[in-house]
Amino acid sequence: MRTITGLLAATALTSASAAFATDLEVTHWWTSGGEAAAVAEFAKAFNEGTDHTWIDGAIAGSGSTARPIIVSRILGGDPMAATQLNHGRQAEELVEEGLMMDLTEIAEAEGWKDVVNPPSLLDACTLDGKIYCAPINIHSWQWMWLSHKAYADAGLDVPQNWDEFAASAPQLAEAGKIPLAMGQQAWQSNGAFGVMSIAIAGIDAWTDVFVNKNEETVMGPEYTKVFEAAAMAREFSKDSKVQDWNLATNLVITGQAGAQIMGDWAQGEFAVAGQVAGEDYTCLPGLGANEVIDTGGDAFYFPVNDDPEVTAAQKELASILMSKEAQVAFNLKKGSLPVRGDVDLSAANDCMKKGLKILADGGTVPSGDMALSRDILDELEDLLTEFWSDPSYSPEEAQKAYAEIISRAE
Amino acid sequence: MPDSNAAPRRVDGSRPPNPLFRNLTSKLAALPMVLTALVVFIGCTGWTIVHSFTGSKLLPKLNWVGFDQYEKLWNTRRWLISIENLALYGIFSLCFTLVIGFTLAALLDRKIRFEAAFRTIFLYPFALSFIVTGLVWQWILNPDLGIQHVVRSMGFTGFEFDPLYNASIVLYGLLIAGLWQGTGFVMVIMLAGLRGIDEDVWKAARVDGIPVWKTYIRVIIPMMRPVFITALVVITSGIIKLYDLVVAMTAGGPGIASEVPAKYVYDRMFSSQNLGQGFAASTMMLLAVAIILIPWAYLEFGGKKHD
Repeated sequence: MRTITGLLAATALTSASAAFATDLEVTHWWTSGGEAAAVAEFAKAFNEGTDHTWIDGAIAGSGSTARPIIVSRILGGDPMAATQLNHGRQAEELVEEGLMMDLTEIAEAEGWKDVVNPPSLLDACTLDGKIYCAPINIHSWQWMWLSHKAYADAGLDVPQNWDEFAASAPQLAEAGKIPLAMGQQAWQSNGAFGVMSIAIAGIDAWTDVFVNKNEETVMGPEYTKVFEAAAMAREFSKDSKVQDWNLATNLVITGQAGAQIMGDWAQGEFAVAGQVAGEDYTCLPGLGANEVIDTGGDAFYFPVNDDPEVTAAQKELASILMSKEAQVAFNLKKGSLPVRGDVDLSAANDCMKKGLKILADGGTVPSGDMALSRDILDELEDLLTEFWSDPSYSPEEAQKAYAEIISRAE
Repeated sequence: MPDSNAAPRRVDGSRPPNPLFRNLTSKLAALPMVLTALVVFIGCTGWTIVHSFTGSKLLPKLNWVGFDQYEKLWNTRRWLISIENLALYGIFSLCFTLVIGFTLAALLDRKIRFEAAFRTIFLYPFALSFIVTGLVWQWILNPDLGIQHVVRSMGFTGFEFDPLYNASIVLYGLLIAGLWQGTGFVMVIMLAGLRGIDEDVWKAARVDGIPVWKTYIRVIIPMMRPVFITALVVITSGIIKLYDLVVAMTAGGPGIASEVPAKYVYDRMFSSQNLGQGFAASTMMLLAVAIILIPWAYLEFGGKKHD
């Protein structure tokens, strides 16, 4: 295919100066219903807005399945035209090796620096002053979802923060409900712990650990409270024997469980089930204690390509992904927040609006992906999933092990 | 076949040909195999070992860190748990596969009816990949869908059987699936071995009035030593590379209770983007295999030539 395009390009070089139609292969791991619909919006915008064609290279499975495939294709000399990755340090070495295209030119021409909010998103794409990726959306972890039905069945008021929730949990359990729904997969227990650490230890302590990598703070009183709360949460969630996050969310939707700590993507499940925020479920950003959200999310990288035609088309794609129209269309379907501060999202629901407000107020922290390398993140994940699944693992021991890992972070 | 080691005497008195060029065609024919062995097996193994002493992250680089990777490896709880799991799984799997495999083969060898049908049934699971085996058993052992559910719906509501969700017995859940998949193949190897036993041995045993079970243990099994060794090699290599079954059944969970070394290597190399650590772990696996296999293979195959 590429040779044909190349031949066409070569023969046409002499004759015309118009833009040529090029096929761009785009890889991503957005394969669930809502995600696929969202990415189709990008494909539509690209196919209609340019002469080029979007070739969809969806990779089934989660990011942890897709990422090695994507990386090995780029390293193996068979780069796709564009690919989804979580921005942050995952692609750091690929960029250092010069395998990713420098987008600084377009970014400056279109003023990405002025429109991208929060600016940390663009910082995560920047290495040595050059921009290497286009941020696409913001996903935040810091949400707790509460089922109104479960609380009504137990004859309790819906809690408004973590402490109230913790106090109500024993009564929920007595009423035959699972207080806290939790999937058994490692990334879920890890993520929930991250949410609890920001909400309970506070932003300063969290920043000191994740950004300054200060292991003494891990041993400090703020984090002690976090580990105690995590041990409580472990007890609350001991009866939820499901694997996938959406099955855990389903326990909340059907009122079998009181609450779940999960990122804003859970919202899509409530929407599909026809539930209304504020009536059927409550969302508490930052567990209702510290209303902040992290600004993780997805970004598109454009691997370096020998073909100038492809390079030109890659730049066009980058600019379309950042356009106002594509941002709105994509993020409404995806349930995530747009990276531009200057778009109108009046169609968003209550929970999304809460998120937008926090974003506008500047209540954001960088995501773990941006602050720590994958290696350290995986070690933390191993530790927390073990802690979460083994009731005999004491919070004090986990705290020590956590501090030890942080002390080795670069 | 003339003895190729004896240098042929030349009538015209010229120098004997260089031994390197003797049997040139067969040497040329063996060349691809030799190159494969040297480059792929020895070369890549050496490359991996060398890089296990570096701080390579996503890309292999030669920034030496000495034994840091190994130090980190042996201080990692998950690695220690993986080793322990593999050892336990290995011992149980080895014993049970051999015992069950041999018993089945001996039973089939008693000239029963429908032998071919039974053989096919027992061998069938081996035709499935570990991924499929893992998925099937994940469903069977799932408390809400499988055995526990069936028994409970028959009225035994207190019945509890959820090995994949219980950290202390998850290994046995894996073992059940592994045995189901692997014993059929061992049975067929054993059966082939039993068929190779001379009928006269049985006749002699019968004349002497030795009971059948005693004949098996005292006479047949010692005679089948080479077959057992083949089976042992097949089973052990399967155990050491145990990976897909775990991924399909538990993904290492609950927690990290069913992690295995091969999964540690993969996760460190590709998910954590820490090649150095992955190389160090795979070097340790190689070392373990070498420590067990080399002396044993030497005794088993090297010593025979002198008989």
